Amino acid sequence: MIPLIPLVTASEVAFWVCAPFAVLCALGLLLSRKPVHSAIAMAGVMISIAVLYAAQDAPFLFVVQIVVYTGAILMLFLFVVMLIGVDAQDSVVETLKGHRIAASLVALGVGVLLISAVGQFTLGGAPAGLADANAEHGGNIESIAAMLFSRYVFLFEATAALLITAAVGAVVLAHGEELKKKVSQPEQMVQRTRDYGELGEHPGPLPNSGVFARHNAISTPALLPDGSIAEKSVSRTLAMRGVIVDVDELRAPTTSAYAALDARDEEIEGDDE
Amino acid sequence: MNPEGFLILSAILFAIGIAGFLLRRNAIIAFMSIELMLNATNLAFVSFARFHGNLDGLIAAFFVMVVAAAEVVVGLAIIVAVYRARRSASVDDANLMKF
Repeated sequence: MIPLIPLVTASEVAFWVCAPFAVLCALGLLLSRKPVHSAIAMAGVMISIAVLYAAQDAPFLFVVQIVVYTGAILMLFLFVVMLIGVDAQDSVVETLKGHRIAASLVALGVGVLLISAVGQFTLGGAPAGLADANAEHGGNIESIAAMLFSRYVFLFEATAALLITAAVGAVVLAHGEELKKKVSQPEQMVQRTRDYGELGEHPGPLPNSGVFARHNAISTPALLPDGSIAEKSVSRTLAMRGVIVDVDELRAPTTSAYAALDARDEEIEGDDE
Repeated sequence: MNPEGFLILSAILFAIGIAGFLLRRNAIIAFMSIELMLNATNLAFVSFARFHGNLDGLIAAFFVMVVAAAEVVVGLAIIVAVYRARRSASVDDANLMKF
């Protein structure tokens, strides 16, 4: 078959589609203010790199890149971003003077150095390609497995130890140490009695929420004998949210019932006269 | 195609990773930049493997991925532990051992 555009291979098409996309996504990772946007940009870089692996005869790494990086590592990143505040933004204040300029210069310098180092040498000739190496054991995965379990088997064993250590370390770190001492029950009792003696706080349990003919939800305040609200009968969170049922609304049925009774009484008394 | 293009892409991504690590204060984004650098080197490994026609480069990339996975697990656990103690994920706030 004669190719439509001469001298353009599928590998080149993949490169020219994926490389600019990867660079753009990497810049997005660098420049976006919010960590979530950075993580999404990172996913773009990972996937385009995975496609580049596929374009370079490495189907095993293509799948591993997508499963391990995009699937596991980035989801872990997103988890942690969600855990410690999605809306946390970077401060724009420079703590070190000239830090931003110096850092940009270093990055630019390393980039120029690496690119010029690559540009200095032409590797000479077309790449050998992995077709022969892959075909040796009947496929890419089989050949990698053959090497992994023969020449690199001790390294492979060592990664097992590494992964176990990492798992144990994560468990230990994530478990965390207690920042505050736990208050024991006798201490709580002593504190409660002291509060009663010094501040006059009620040592018993908090009052129930109010139970009325039409309301008994936890947002209903209990009323004291003088008609005012018992502050502690409603959770402070609900009070801050302002969802507490209004006292007048609670009292309205009673008031209207009494008013009706009074009117009826007056009517009867009026009849008597 | 020749591996030069892939190597230059790898160099660009590595430089962006360095810039991200040095510039960003959020520990998570600094960490992602490290991952970006690891990915850039992986790309170079795979390109060289294809150029030389043997699979050792792929295996190197594979081991880099394993180490990166372990590193992410421990690093994120550290970030969460620091956040729990100081309510901040900024690298500027963790200065207890600063001279």
